[in-house]
Amino acid sequence: MELISQSPLLAALLALVGLGAVFGALLGYAAIRFKTEGNPIADQINDILPQTQCGQCGYPGCRPYAEAIANGEAINKCPPGGEAGIQALADLLDVEVIPLDEEHGEEKARAVAYIREDECIGCTKCLQACPVDAILGAAKQMHTVIASECTGCDLCVEPCPVDCIDMLVEQENLRTWHWPLPDANRLRPEIIATDAEPPRDRAA
Amino acid sequence: MRKLFDFHGGIHPAEHKHLSLDGPVTEAGIPPELVLPLAQHIGAAAEPVVAVGDRVLKGQLLAEANGFVSVPLHAPSSGTVTAIEERLIAHPSGHTATCIVLATDGRDEWTTLEPTADYRALEPDALRQRIRNAGIAGMGGAGFPTAVKLSPRPGSQVQTLIINGTECEPYITADDVLMREQAAELMAGVQILRHLLQPAQTLIGVEDNKPEAIAALRAALPAAPGAEIVVFPTKYPSGGEKQLIEILTGKQVPSGGLPLDVGVICQNVGSVAAIHDAVIHGRPLISRITTVTGEAVQHPGNFRVLLGTPMSYLLARTGYRMEKNRRLIMGGPMMGFAVPDASVPIVKTTNCLLAPTEAELPTPPPAQACIRCGLCAQACPASLLPQQLFWFARGKEYDKLEQHNLFDCIECGACSWVCPSNIPLVQYYRASKAEVLQLRRDNERAEHARLRFEARQERLAREEAEKLAKRAARKQAAEMRARATVQGSEPVEDPIQAAIDRAKAKKAAQQAGADNPAGELEKLEKAVVTTRARLDTATSKLEQARAEGSDLVEALQAGVEKTRTKLAAAEAALQNFQQANTSVPAAAAAVDPAEAAIQKALQSRQAEAQLSPEDKTRDQLGKLEQRLEKSRARLADSRDSGEDPKIIDALEATVTRLEEKRAALLAELPAPEDA
Amino acid sequence: MGLLRITSPHAHGPLSTSRVMQYVLLATVPGVIALTHFFGFGTLINIAWACVVALGCESLALVLRRRPLGFYLKDCSALVTATLLAIAMPPYSPWWLIAVGIACAILLAKHLYGGLGYNPFNPAMAGYVILLISFPVQMTSWSGPRGLSEVPGLLEALQACFHPGAFDGVTMATPLDIMRQNDSLLMEDLWARTPQLGRWAGLGWEWVNLAFLAGGAWLLYQRVFTWHAPLAMLASLSLMAALFYDGGSSASGGSPLFHLLSGATMFGAFFIVTDPVTSAVSVRGRLIYGAMIGALVYTIRVRGNYPDAVAFAVLIMNLAAPLIDNYTQPRTYGHHRSGGEQ
Repeated sequence: MELISQSPLLAALLALVGLGAVFGALLGYAAIRFKTEGNPIADQINDILPQTQCGQCGYPGCRPYAEAIANGEAINKCPPGGEAGIQALADLLDVEVIPLDEEHGEEKARAVAYIREDECIGCTKCLQACPVDAILGAAKQMHTVIASECTGCDLCVEPCPVDCIDMLVEQENLRTWHWPLPDANRLRPEIIATDAEPPRDRAA
Repeated sequence: MRKLFDFHGGIHPAEHKHLSLDGPVTEAGIPPELVLPLAQHIGAAAEPVVAVGDRVLKGQLLAEANGFVSVPLHAPSSGTVTAIEERLIAHPSGHTATCIVLATDGRDEWTTLEPTADYRALEPDALRQRIRNAGIAGMGGAGFPTAVKLSPRPGSQVQTLIINGTECEPYITADDVLMREQAAELMAGVQILRHLLQPAQTLIGVEDNKPEAIAALRAALPAAPGAEIVVFPTKYPSGGEKQLIEILTGKQVPSGGLPLDVGVICQNVGSVAAIHDAVIHGRPLISRITTVTGEAVQHPGNFRVLLGTPMSYLLARTGYRMEKNRRLIMGGPMMGFAVPDASVPIVKTTNCLLAPTEAELPTPPPAQACIRCGLCAQACPASLLPQQLFWFARGKEYDKLEQHNLFDCIECGACSWVCPSNIPLVQYYRASKAEVLQLRRDNERAEHARLRFEARQERLAREEAEKLAKRAARKQAAEMRARATVQGSEPVEDPIQAAIDRAKAKKAAQQAGADNPAGELEKLEKAVVTTRARLDTATSKLEQARAEGSDLVEALQAGVEKTRTKLAAAEAALQNFQQANTSVPAAAAAVDPAEAAIQKALQSRQAEAQLSPEDKTRDQLGKLEQRLEKSRARLADSRDSGEDPKIIDALEATVTRLEEKRAALLAELPAPEDA
Repeated sequence: MGLLRITSPHAHGPLSTSRVMQYVLLATVPGVIALTHFFGFGTLINIAWACVVALGCESLALVLRRRPLGFYLKDCSALVTATLLAIAMPPYSPWWLIAVGIACAILLAKHLYGGLGYNPFNPAMAGYVILLISFPVQMTSWSGPRGLSEVPGLLEALQACFHPGAFDGVTMATPLDIMRQNDSLLMEDLWARTPQLGRWAGLGWEWVNLAFLAGGAWLLYQRVFTWHAPLAMLASLSLMAALFYDGGSSASGGSPLFHLLSGATMFGAFFIVTDPVTSAVSVRGRLIYGAMIGALVYTIRVRGNYPDAVAFAVLIMNLAAPLIDNYTQPRTYGHHRSGGEQ
């Protein structure tokens, strides 16, 4: 005691070591107590990815790409996620928004695969290519796509030997239609004075 | 005097109701053609039960309800079904919907109706079924199937039945005249509902700007003992279901809940009158009262209109001046929507047809900046903060929008009405709501796809593991057997067994070889070598035989020929294989076809990205030609081997299609001298 | 004929943004008349010159930002900013002072942030504070009110503005200065000794404040804004003054009446605090916002270094407005009282 009070250097040293030990122990405890299973960042990234499983990013599915992003891969390789997806990823990871990498394809409207059934020869090639098992069929039997399961990944189109798979873009209809967001530019009156759309061309 | 409550906000727009209140309700007549959309209500579209060419009678069922939340559709007049097709309907999108088109014959012949002598004798379920079969959907404008609304969950008690005669929107007077002219039917309808629901109290809510209607209701009130007429001050949107419930009971419907959660069921007066017709007279819902008003019509008023009547027909009867009218609105000026064309039909929810002049309802001027004046927050009947929602909607901050209760917005338009900067707030909310819902759906879909993908990965892994396990088991069994032979017999080798084993091993090796191109190549090369060796021996034998003058020469000659062709074939095969292998890299030995497809697609995409559009087309052309070659070869193969004609047909079709595509691409490419 | 497709509602109320701004301009008239009566033509010249500069600055900013001139000038917001700043400035300010203030208000405080509706700070007050900090001498030289000193005529006033070197006006301490500098006299004695203090809160100032109160009341009647923020400000200011009045000793901060009717209290309460863009929006938010300004005004008046405190108080609370809004969301229909905030 006396020794400590007499040499301030020792006291400071002891205090620092003591603090270090206490906080170290706390951290160590927290690391064990609040240990997270797996890679939480990859999970969060995976939640943002569109789960098309199309592989356009170069990874076999969304999960592997999510893990790759977590390990520093660029966030702009997912065309189905599009700009919105990149924005969300950038927000999550707190990085710059970068434009979509053209090498991996362009952002397209959502589509659903459709097999022209009378042309299908039942080769099962598309079945094997589908990443979400959304195609139904057996060898030498006609195949069909379960539209509600299809992610529109395009992977079944190429393997088809008779080229009978079409990617049908979802058409707007009464149920899917909704008012568009007013054009923000409309606040600038030199562009147009109303939110009215020009009369629809009936002939078209 | 009953204690009245007030709701937050609200506005007092100019009413303009006197315009259409001059005369009684007039019959609009029978137009030559009725267009009846299958979905005039919220829920699943009805399912047609008539065919084109059928003659139908007035009141006959045309389409039946498709599911619980759906209502049937009846013929408003007698005539012939001329089409069941897509027609433009009254919807802001301007999209078409399936409609039954009826050419009327002017005879207006009724089908046989089934009136009820005493509805009190009917079970509640039978009564509900009658209402449902009559095709009644909320006639105040929302169009929710009435029978569904009248089916409380088992166990929930209806405390208050509210009859909504508020009609708070400017211009509209359809409910007003209905209450004036059909008060007795209305009261009878109220009695039916009271019998059906057994509520503790029945309140008929009317705004104080309809004194004649109130007087008529008071006069008819003795017919509905137990009901009470409640008059309250005029304020928009007190006719909104949630607002009316708060005014009359002081209770608020929980967010995302139903009025029944606070023990209330609301019915519009129009629906009640329709219920009366349906139950007492057995008449289905085939017409309704529609207000035609606005300064662009010369004789505004209320009309009893057959459903499916084209708006243009009705407008023609009122002296509609088209040149003065820039937007034709179905519904009121606050919540109605502009229809895409005047030819669209009147439906069950068309309470008003508003044809204003430009001076009356001017085209909105361009929006100015939001100055956060807060008038919208003062006017909002749902106590939202519209200006905050506006900022979030512009910034697409969907989390914030939900946090600020976007989905409690009833789209009444009060905020836009007061906005000094003319911001189309309601449009922002509508678009954002749709966007949020879309996002939710997308997330659900993505989650679903993820699960499916993971399930597939698991399945593939499992199958792989099973295959491995099987192989291991087989190997083990073979070893066991070998050991057993070794142990069980003399160390004298059984030559037959050995030969079999050898053959097996060889075969296995060959099979293994077939899996990889290198093995295949080896096999082919070996085949060439052995065949050549055999040919050599055969030729030398032939020579020998010739020299000896043997009579075997002929047979040997044939053998040599045969071996020679075999050799040629083997050599050709080898060559083919070598060619094929140089074009397909040996690394393409991927196990998973999906992965292979990904790799291929990726490579092509990468290559594509560096190409100009014209090069891209050329590239596509090249690919197409390759595919064409392949398809042709396959077709030839199939023909030679005499495969199933169906397959040959399919292949032929493919070839033609590919040729067409190639022609199209060629047309796209510029002429060679331009290039 | 193409039928127009427009979202509901199709009807629109009578109010427009430029109408709101015009009402505000109109409501300043009584106050400006009172100022002119007691302090001469200085304020009028301030306003006129400020409006000219403001229109120039606004046009410049709009041109630079490639916005259509006519549409944005029509909203009158620049005129409102100019008028409010001109009223807040001492009469007979030199032309360059006004020009600098307006330029700061319009260019820095408004357009740099994105124009009307996007500015976090009240432009007039931001301009005022910039001037006060940069040119404290000019900004604190108030001329004496009629009755105590000679009020310059129109010609002299013009000279003061556009040829400042040649003008030698009489400046006097304002009642608020007197109050703050007093550390020895009882309130009663102070009033007895200084004629500037007038009957309650300063000769002339009492009437100026009452005139602004009248203008504000008219705006309230026109429903241009709600009563919450101004009344909360006045109430909290009175409450603070009453709490620390201590019966009129030499250490007293002044009576509630003195604070209500001196300096820029009423002008601030009805023309600055009510600026919609920079204040809180919800009802509870406005009450809090106003009350905090009132408390700050009193504190800065009594404890601070500057003659009046409204500008500082408003700017400080401008910063807090988004936070207040975030925590005072009204309870939405159908939600439980506790469930409003996350």
